[in-house]
Amino acid sequence: MSGSAIARSNAAPKLLGFVSVLLFFAVIEAVIRAGWLNRYIVPPPSEILGSFYRIIAEEHVLRRFLFTTAECFAAGVMITVFGVGLGVLLQRYELLRRACETWVAALAAAPVVLAYPLFMVIFGRNAVTIVMIAFVAALPAVILKTIEGIAGTRRVLLNVGKSFNLTPAQQFWKIQFPAALPVIFTGLRLGLIFALINVVGVEFLINYGGLGQLIEDLAERYDLAGTYAAIFFVILVSVLFFMALERIERWLRPVD
Amino acid sequence: MAAADTILRAENIGVRFETSEGPVFAVDDLTLDVRQGEFLSIIGPSGCGKSTLFNVIGGLLGGYQGRVTVAGETIAGPHKAIGMVFQEESTFPWRTVIDNVAFPLELAGMTKQKRAERAQHFIKLVGLDGFDNRYPGELSGGMRQRVSLARTLASEPKILLMDEPFAALDEQTRLLLGDKVLQIQQQLRQTMLLITHNITEAVQMSDRILVMTYRPGRAKRLVEINLPRPRSSEIVGSEAFGRYVAEIWNDLREEASRGMRDEEEHALHHHSGGAP
Repeated sequence: MSGSAIARSNAAPKLLGFVSVLLFFAVIEAVIRAGWLNRYIVPPPSEILGSFYRIIAEEHVLRRFLFTTAECFAAGVMITVFGVGLGVLLQRYELLRRACETWVAALAAAPVVLAYPLFMVIFGRNAVTIVMIAFVAALPAVILKTIEGIAGTRRVLLNVGKSFNLTPAQQFWKIQFPAALPVIFTGLRLGLIFALINVVGVEFLINYGGLGQLIEDLAERYDLAGTYAAIFFVILVSVLFFMALERIERWLRPVD
Repeated sequence: MAAADTILRAENIGVRFETSEGPVFAVDDLTLDVRQGEFLSIIGPSGCGKSTLFNVIGGLLGGYQGRVTVAGETIAGPHKAIGMVFQEESTFPWRTVIDNVAFPLELAGMTKQKRAERAQHFIKLVGLDGFDNRYPGELSGGMRQRVSLARTLASEPKILLMDEPFAALDEQTRLLLGDKVLQIQQQLRQTMLLITHNITEAVQMSDRILVMTYRPGRAKRLVEINLPRPRSSEIVGSEAFGRYVAEIWNDLREEASRGMRDEEEHALHHHSGGAP
């Protein structure tokens, strides 16, 4: 295969991405070994790699990974159901939207995580608290993007619906909702990012549950290589959700 | 009084819009008869209320004066006898070509197999066979407009109402699509009402052309086009064709320049910040 053929192939971007990451770690490794970076602040990548077996065998990272994934999944389902649902409701009732939109936008910027003591009083020190905080923190993005998506339906598509005499329900389900899907999915992606950050953050804060708690434990013990290895699993959760979301979107709207 | 073969009648239509600079009469006392099976074009300069008239006849705009009747029945709002094809791209990007075309059949509650067959018939009619399972995003602008046309035809309207459906396309594609529409019209004996600002397009396709005045939009003249049928875009080169184009341009030129002057004055007032 010639050089230009490699550049055109589908594998090229993936390969380039992978090589870039490897190169980045190689540079970090070299810098630490040369003594330019303190290895007690940033552990060398080789050491992080070596700690994987330890955190899998001794710290049960896989079980924690599943725990965090399950919490994110629960929050994800909730933001989809309530976020899209509330967005649709607000879009539909003008008065309601004008009354609430600013508050929802304000909530989007609020550091909900700081209210964790309140959630603990209400739900206890358990997974429900973690999921609820993630849910509340991620909800506004989904609501706002749902409103934006539906309101942004092209006028001519609505006119097509009218010309075919669609009922308001048909107009919504057959035209507005599918037209809004790409924007709604942007909202869901944002929501899942917020949800994951909050899940891991609250696990860390209240020392309960999955990867967040493990990271806190390892950091307390000053096991930096283990901490970074555990963070790798957090990234894995994020990758997993993004891939799943992309699949669902392609299934619902194959081509744009 | 309407002729016996009148299928659509717009009677004394008046539309007034309130603007910040006072009321604007978009359409004023316009009466129009469309005969069964004919191809009628409405031509006028920009701003003559053509699209407003399209929305009135299609039932998308309320609050106008006068009335619209289909086969004698007064209509209010969209009517299944009238199928609309819009100027802007209006295919559903999330549906394949066949699902786009089958849309009205799905609404009518037709079974999946039956509507696939019907949809295929109309896809073939607009010359898109083989593209059934493509998405609009994979097609050219002209092809997408044909999908919209097929979708509207699939609802089997008595009158096909088109608002500059090819305006966004290049001249060659426009001529060829004009041929396609003519072919379909002859095949289905479809009554068609075309809104356009393109004289060539109007003469190429029409049995009659209604020339509208610039604001307020009134009927200026109704021109009968006595060119032989079946027609195709080849007719564009004929002498008779040229005479019709010249004749209509004569009517239109005055209106178009009035429109231009009006727009210039408007722009001048706005830029100098003075009151009109």
